[in-house]
Amino acid sequence: MEYDNLLTGTAKNLKPSGIRKFFDVAERIPDAIALGVGEPDFKTPWHIRQAAIDALSKGQTRYTSNAGLMPLRDEIASYMNRKFSLNYDPATEITVTVGGSEAIDNIIRSVVSFGDEVLIPEPSFVCYAPLTELAGGRPVILPTYEKDGFKLTPDTLKKAITEKTKLLIMPYPNNPTGALMEKEDYEKIAAVLKGTNILVLADEIYIELNYSNAPLFSFAQTDGMKERTIVVNGFSKTYAMTGWRIGFACGPKEIMKAVLKIHQYGIMCAPTVSQYAAIEAMKNGDEDIEYMRQNYNMRRCFLLDAFRSLSVPCFEPKGAFYVFPNISAFAESSEKFCSDFLEKAHVAVVPGSAFGESGEGFIRISYAYSLDHLKKAVDRLEKYIKG
Amino acid sequence: MINLKEKVLRFLEDDCRFSAKNISDALGATEQQVADVIAECIDDGTILGYKALINWDKTEREYVSAMIEIKVQPEKGEGFDSVARHICAFEEVVSVFLMSGGFDLAVMLEGKSMREVALFVVEKLAVIDGVTGTATHFVLNKYKDKGVIFDEREKDTRVMTEF
Repeated sequence: MEYDNLLTGTAKNLKPSGIRKFFDVAERIPDAIALGVGEPDFKTPWHIRQAAIDALSKGQTRYTSNAGLMPLRDEIASYMNRKFSLNYDPATEITVTVGGSEAIDNIIRSVVSFGDEVLIPEPSFVCYAPLTELAGGRPVILPTYEKDGFKLTPDTLKKAITEKTKLLIMPYPNNPTGALMEKEDYEKIAAVLKGTNILVLADEIYIELNYSNAPLFSFAQTDGMKERTIVVNGFSKTYAMTGWRIGFACGPKEIMKAVLKIHQYGIMCAPTVSQYAAIEAMKNGDEDIEYMRQNYNMRRCFLLDAFRSLSVPCFEPKGAFYVFPNISAFAESSEKFCSDFLEKAHVAVVPGSAFGESGEGFIRISYAYSLDHLKKAVDRLEKYIKG
Repeated sequence: MINLKEKVLRFLEDDCRFSAKNISDALGATEQQVADVIAECIDDGTILGYKALINWDKTEREYVSAMIEIKVQPEKGEGFDSVARHICAFEEVVSVFLMSGGFDLAVMLEGKSMREVALFVVEKLAVIDGVTGTATHFVLNKYKDKGVIFDEREKDTRVMTEF
């Protein structure tokens, strides 16, 4: 077999992830501490697991409707209304997906074809550009900078728009920087988008992990933006349900119809047991969200205080569960810093460059770890820096 | 709405090593507010102590624990209180609860050996005025205590993914 001739050029040219390699090395160092995992350390709350067990014991294991169980879509509609004052029709405007990732893939494939441009702020989660390429589109990177709090600026956006622009990704709260775009920031972006035919994919998977004093705010709430926005959200980060693979997308029915068709042919439906668990999460999970958010906030403040006392510059992230300190004073590249830090201090972190060129000079530290774990890591960082 | 006192106590119940600063960061209160709440809780006896939860099976210490069911003839005007207080005074006694159901007091005891515990029950507990019967149940293995699972320290099984 000539396997190489079978693979498409696009598949062959997809960039391998830059996140994993340090962790393969770390696994071989017995006392290595990892600070890289991008999933909650909390277990899925017991009442949610119990709901799944109940569903299993009742034999609720068949396919659901393609868009997801109607009671779950009703709960999602009620959640979007309760938290964001946004109204979506559960019958036509909501699809339950296999995590937020499937939703992102389906939306991109629904609107992007050969030559279309997708605007992607970076640093950001690593899937947008490869999925755009797989759909035949062209990723256009919008760099964001520490001086702007890693927010997308209207100027950067304006300069990148061409006749071929189809889609803008809005990945906030942001992985890896922890940056948050607030109402006023979104209004400036909206002013640029008004009058264009550009769709927005608001990846709001971290939206509940917000440490600012402002109320939660979705891009779709921005004046005039709901009609051009598909919100992607899910249960993974909010309810510590990563392995359940359950997310959702809400948006205009004209687009959601296509998203649903791709979902129907590619996936059929999201896992049924997970859907029952998700109903329980949305109905009775608000206290769990708050408990986890408070714990993350404790750790976030601990790390920011530690960086301050070690004179490691770090802008204050207001969302997600990552900090993104600037280590450019300590090494010539973030990869070099990570290799050396792992080798000498036995701590594995992710180089900022893995999330785009504008992440160079930074490292991503996840605080989805216990305070004890973080204290141990900070002790090692201190020894490493002080030599 | 849960008040600040209850929120602070929940954090301390999770891990009493959290500092006032840690808890204030989590709750968005000031460090002083949290410190005041903790001081008030210590003063009024809401917080009674801070102790480590130890799995003695990991040590060389000779150690057994037992749960004693005790039947009590309640005293007029005192109910079960005077017998319960009498039992509380023994250092070997770890906890004493008044129970509903087939017996009255549940007493957790610790001792060096089964014989020592059995003798304590016979010589010290069974002879108390008002105690009408005892049943001793030795703990053979502790699986979970105070919300913590004993026999397996959970390892972080999360794997590195693109997320």
